[in-house]
Amino acid sequence: MSIRALSPYFFILPAVAIMVAGLVYPVLQAFYLSLYDWKIGTKFEDAPFVGIRHFIRMVSDENVHESVWVTLRFGFWTITIEMFLGVALALLLEKPIRGASLFRTIFILPLMISPVVVGLIWRYLFDARIGWINYYLGKVGIEPQVWLGNADLAFFAIVFTDIWQWTPFIFIIVIAGLQALPSEILEASKIDGANWWQHILFVKLPMIRSILLIALLLRLIDVFRALEVMYILTGGGPGRATELLSLHIYNRAFETQQLGYASAISVLLILIVFALSFGILVAGNPLKEKSDI
Amino acid sequence: MIGQAIGGRQAVIMHYASLAVLALITLMPIWVMVSTGFKNDVLVQQKEPVWFFFVPTLGNYEYIMTRGNFDVYLWNSIIVGTLSTFFTLLFGGFCAYALARTEFRGRVLVANSTLLVRMVPPAVLAVPAFAMVVNFGLNNDLAVLTFFYTALNLPFAIWLLFGFFKQIPVELEEAAIIDGATPLQVYFRVLLPLMKSGYAVAGIFTFRIAWNEFILALLLTGRKTRTLPVGASGFITDTGVEWGRIMAMGTLIVIPPLIFTFFAARQIIAGMTAGAVKG
Repeated sequence: MSIRALSPYFFILPAVAIMVAGLVYPVLQAFYLSLYDWKIGTKFEDAPFVGIRHFIRMVSDENVHESVWVTLRFGFWTITIEMFLGVALALLLEKPIRGASLFRTIFILPLMISPVVVGLIWRYLFDARIGWINYYLGKVGIEPQVWLGNADLAFFAIVFTDIWQWTPFIFIIVIAGLQALPSEILEASKIDGANWWQHILFVKLPMIRSILLIALLLRLIDVFRALEVMYILTGGGPGRATELLSLHIYNRAFETQQLGYASAISVLLILIVFALSFGILVAGNPLKEKSDI
Repeated sequence: MIGQAIGGRQAVIMHYASLAVLALITLMPIWVMVSTGFKNDVLVQQKEPVWFFFVPTLGNYEYIMTRGNFDVYLWNSIIVGTLSTFFTLLFGGFCAYALARTEFRGRVLVANSTLLVRMVPPAVLAVPAFAMVVNFGLNNDLAVLTFFYTALNLPFAIWLLFGFFKQIPVELEEAAIIDGATPLQVYFRVLLPLMKSGYAVAGIFTFRIAWNEFILALLLTGRKTRTLPVGASGFITDTGVEWGRIMAMGTLIVIPPLIFTFFAARQIIAGMTAGAVKG
């Protein structure tokens, strides 16, 4: 082989080596650790091999069930509302206007700031004693609530926070998609006498459906990856009311100190996330196509 | 459309009004943080919110900067952020270049797995990373954090840079190759200068993730190697939260991402939408 034929491998080697060591190896390690009953503070060599016992335990573990259920409910409410609001706002406000870039700059701020900071801000706003939300609800005659201390209200709080943070993302993606549509087709449908609703339902939305699908999948994956905002906002409580699967794994590993069992739940999480990612690959991986991007 | 129904001028006013309301909803919580950081304890603890008109104090900032290890945390965050960004751009750029410009056995595999590993949840990394650190005795080392941030950021950076390489005409490289340039010379002399904006966008995304990340940092750092987000969470204690101080700290953490956003919003949005809109 000539030097020139080998050079692609030289160029990809460092990145691939780091990704294998830092992402692929830990994933395999999670599979491996899930077979052992390893506790924090003990040596791994002393951890007993338990085979697939963790997985059997997981199948009937109500805490895991509850956490999966919380994650699915959280995903359902946040994504439904974010998609609906984001798409509706984008359709209403898609027309290019002067100053749009300033508004877009503002809209991406919640995505740029640290999740820790997002969690802190909303923990303050939802605070039962000095929180601003209770104060203004009091103004309209609603009793102060212990937002983060009641299961349903705490769940509402994490959904609300997520909607604040992520609706702008959907909004911006959909606007970009709408503005990239070829104007001839839009004109043609108008000439054909489609009214505003028909125009949106039968022309615009179908044309951006691949964008909507990818946005949906990305958000769904994020729901399974999310833990930092909830870690700060509620810590997963009260009880397990806001303990998303990622946070459950973290708490299992480092609060109840069951590293092996937490790894078994990690395996479940990996399978879910990879299944969803596979959906994105099918929907279109831009790295694969050589031609245009 | 709506414009025709209501009349052009009113529609434009409605348009701006709606955007303004949405912008306020977005900004209000951030303003709550910034303003609370400048309030004294009495104001912070009082039930009635004060939005704008109060006598600002620098007491919280003075406290967090002089007590505790703020300077150490800040330095750690800068080091980890800068180094992981540097390595991500260097190696990610190499990899994206090879994927965009050459055909080689395994190319599709690398491309697909890159997208797949991009989605690995940080929670999944937590236990194995902890195990690696414990088993290899690497406790509290900033190098470990830098390594994991580089790994976490590489897939997205490769993806983004790939798109930028695709926009550069091949002819430029071909001319250089005919003149006898090696692949590395082509990369550094011909392409690098043309890739400035690509590196800027990828760099912003990478630095932001490293700067903001919390859960791995919490796990892999000790008293001397904490980063700013971990330091901030230290103000949450069993007896309560020191709101004034923690909001001041939050404001400081937000400054770099805020600056990036205002100077490069267009590029950031292009990066965010690239995957969905053009995929």
